[in-house]
Amino acid sequence: MEDFGTAFAIALRLIGSGDPALLGIVRLSLAVSAAAVLLAALVGLPLGALLAVARFPGRRAVIVALNALMGLPPVVAGLAIYLLLSRSGPLGGLGLLFTPAAMVLAQAVLIAPILAALSRQVLAAMWEEYAEQLRSFGAGPWRAVPTLLRDGRFALATVLLAGFGRASAEVGAVMIVGGNIEGFTRVMTTAIALETAKGDLPLALALGAVLMAIVLAVNAAVQLLRDAAARRAA
Amino acid sequence: MLLRPPGATGGAAEGPRCASILPLRVAGLRYAAGGQKILRGVDFTIAAGLPTLVVGPNGAGKSVLLRLLHGLLVPQAGRVAWAAPPEEARRRQAMVFQRPVMLRRSALANVAYPLALAGLPRTERAARARAALARVGLAHLAERPARRLSGGEQQRLALARAAALAPEVLFLDEPTANLDPAATRAVEAIVRDIAAAGTKVVMTSHDLAQARRLAGDVLFLHRGRVVEHAPAERFFAAPRAPEAAAFLRGELLA
Amino acid sequence: MRRALPRRAALGLCLAGLAPPAGAQPRSVLLASTTSTEQSGLFRHLLPLFTRQTGIAVRVVALGTGQALDVARRGDADAVLVHDPEAEARFVAEGHGIGRRAVMRNDFVLVGPAADPARIAGMRDAAAALRRIAAARAPFVSRGDRSGTHGAELALWRAAGLDPAAAARDGRWYRALGQGMGPTLNAAAAQEAYVLSDRGTWLAFRNRGTLRLLVEGDPRLRNPYSVILVNPARHPHVRHADARALADWLVSPEGQRAIADYRIGGEPLFLPDALPEADGQPP
Repeated sequence: MEDFGTAFAIALRLIGSGDPALLGIVRLSLAVSAAAVLLAALVGLPLGALLAVARFPGRRAVIVALNALMGLPPVVAGLAIYLLLSRSGPLGGLGLLFTPAAMVLAQAVLIAPILAALSRQVLAAMWEEYAEQLRSFGAGPWRAVPTLLRDGRFALATVLLAGFGRASAEVGAVMIVGGNIEGFTRVMTTAIALETAKGDLPLALALGAVLMAIVLAVNAAVQLLRDAAARRAA
Repeated sequence: MLLRPPGATGGAAEGPRCASILPLRVAGLRYAAGGQKILRGVDFTIAAGLPTLVVGPNGAGKSVLLRLLHGLLVPQAGRVAWAAPPEEARRRQAMVFQRPVMLRRSALANVAYPLALAGLPRTERAARARAALARVGLAHLAERPARRLSGGEQQRLALARAAALAPEVLFLDEPTANLDPAATRAVEAIVRDIAAAGTKVVMTSHDLAQARRLAGDVLFLHRGRVVEHAPAERFFAAPRAPEAAAFLRGELLA
Repeated sequence: MRRALPRRAALGLCLAGLAPPAGAQPRSVLLASTTSTEQSGLFRHLLPLFTRQTGIAVRVVALGTGQALDVARRGDADAVLVHDPEAEARFVAEGHGIGRRAVMRNDFVLVGPAADPARIAGMRDAAAALRRIAAARAPFVSRGDRSGTHGAELALWRAAGLDPAAAARDGRWYRALGQGMGPTLNAAAAQEAYVLSDRGTWLAFRNRGTLRLLVEGDPRLRNPYSVILVNPARHPHVRHADARALADWLVSPEGQRAIADYRIGGEPLFLPDALPEADGQPP
């Protein structure tokens, strides 16, 4: 219990101090995770909506594959992206390895299946209600997808939050493709891993508490915004 | 401009206007689901004019028939033949469901949505949607989220949404089934208005009084068959089929 | 438009966050190095001095020596600073690296629980100490990660005439983790096990528990670090000039002094080891 007390005290002091190094790490964590969510959403949400709407051969296989990909070990995703982005890999010419962009890519790969699977569930329920009416309007699946995404936006905000939570908690993949470079690709989770490795467990735990506080704040902010907007728009 | 007669031209919701999509000829229509025969060979013709009321006891197959006519269901046998190519016939009809499906947006956006699908330019959409709302007495609720309107308001909104498309044929599936008398009166007034403007209304109802008030002709459906199809006046005065007579007397038909 | 604005603002914030931090230098070198140099805090002391002088930022990816050399082999680093003489020689011989130079050294230490069940405290012969640990079947944790420290540990077992892999099969007292130095020390502290550590990481390590430094000073415990430039002939995209500037600075009198100046609790962690002539080969 003493450890937790110490960690909590350090966490408070860290937050209070406004340490620029910590702020940089926090800022990068938020930016990388948010960009990854955006990138993954561009693919995951339309895919989820399409799976909710369309019936095509192989649909079940895609759903099974998505569910399996949700369990993709981050280290494996990280390794695959490392090999892709490495100078000796097919995308090496981009020079993205050990940059924040590589971390965004890795996190996006990890959370896109989650966003697709969760949004499919959310939108399938809505589609059940909308299907006949939209078909009566003459809207095919391609028109139904943007309609569902728009009308499901409040439920989808929660889906995006789930993706954000997973992205910001992820360490294995961003460690491999980002390299945990101080001041450049170090994020909260890799900083925690580093402090743990250095044996500074109270500091590691304190950073963990700071990360939790940030994720909590982001969730609360999005939920509040969402609820306010939902009250206006239903 | 709202309840445009079908012969009028210039609506963007329509393609090039050919002749009417009516009459609608239905022949040998059969439909079964889950091993249960719902329609067992239905033949009739619907022509332009006053509303056609599809009446009959619960389970007679009224809703399924409407969905088959509108193209939401595909029959196992038989034909639904419009007087125009299917594509065009499809474009010139609309349907309102027993439980109106309200999109998660404002009342105005609900009306504008199918107009956008029909390819109406944005500026024209808003004007037309507002006019449609005004016509059903919902202008003051235009910005309100549709799903927070009352049941009656939602059904009026659904009618405005369908009517804004200026369809030549409008299918209504029990539009007042879940409404109180005041809301029912309001909906019936709108239906009359739409019909008077030249749209052919095809409507199911299990409410005989309502059928009397609205029908030009009556299609009496029983156990998946059209037992009688007659002008309303004649049907209510002297039904020929014994089932129809019994139904009119208020007997419970099995 | 009303709705698009906050969305655009959010996107802008995201991208702003991804942009390099203010004041970051456009010139940078990617240095693949070892966990011991990073986790001992040496780089945090050393590299800002270099950056201030040259305007070249150094981005350190800290891995085990084996992994660091792999990263460099793929062309993903501009230079390496590692400590495994045999692996380094192979790396250069294969044509991946050029200009290998000795930079500094420290030494390994044998660390173990204060209770010291194998009674090795104060011994000068590390190989003999390992033999006692094996004889007592006292828990011993190994990096097991192809790092420089792991390589040194295996060489030491060979010197002791023992095969730890065989020992591991009977009795499980030998535990290879496949982890960096810090996690391995954490594991040793938790299991009250013996462990071979580099002195720098050990001095900077906080979570010691009952662990104590037990054996040091054996010449076989020497731990030399070298800098090697990734061969630009093999990987044309590497920032060779800046990497060379870094290597030159590390072996310069100034860089060597800075290395000597880094101390924890008054104790130096690394001893400057560059030969007087800048292009000399390591011993």
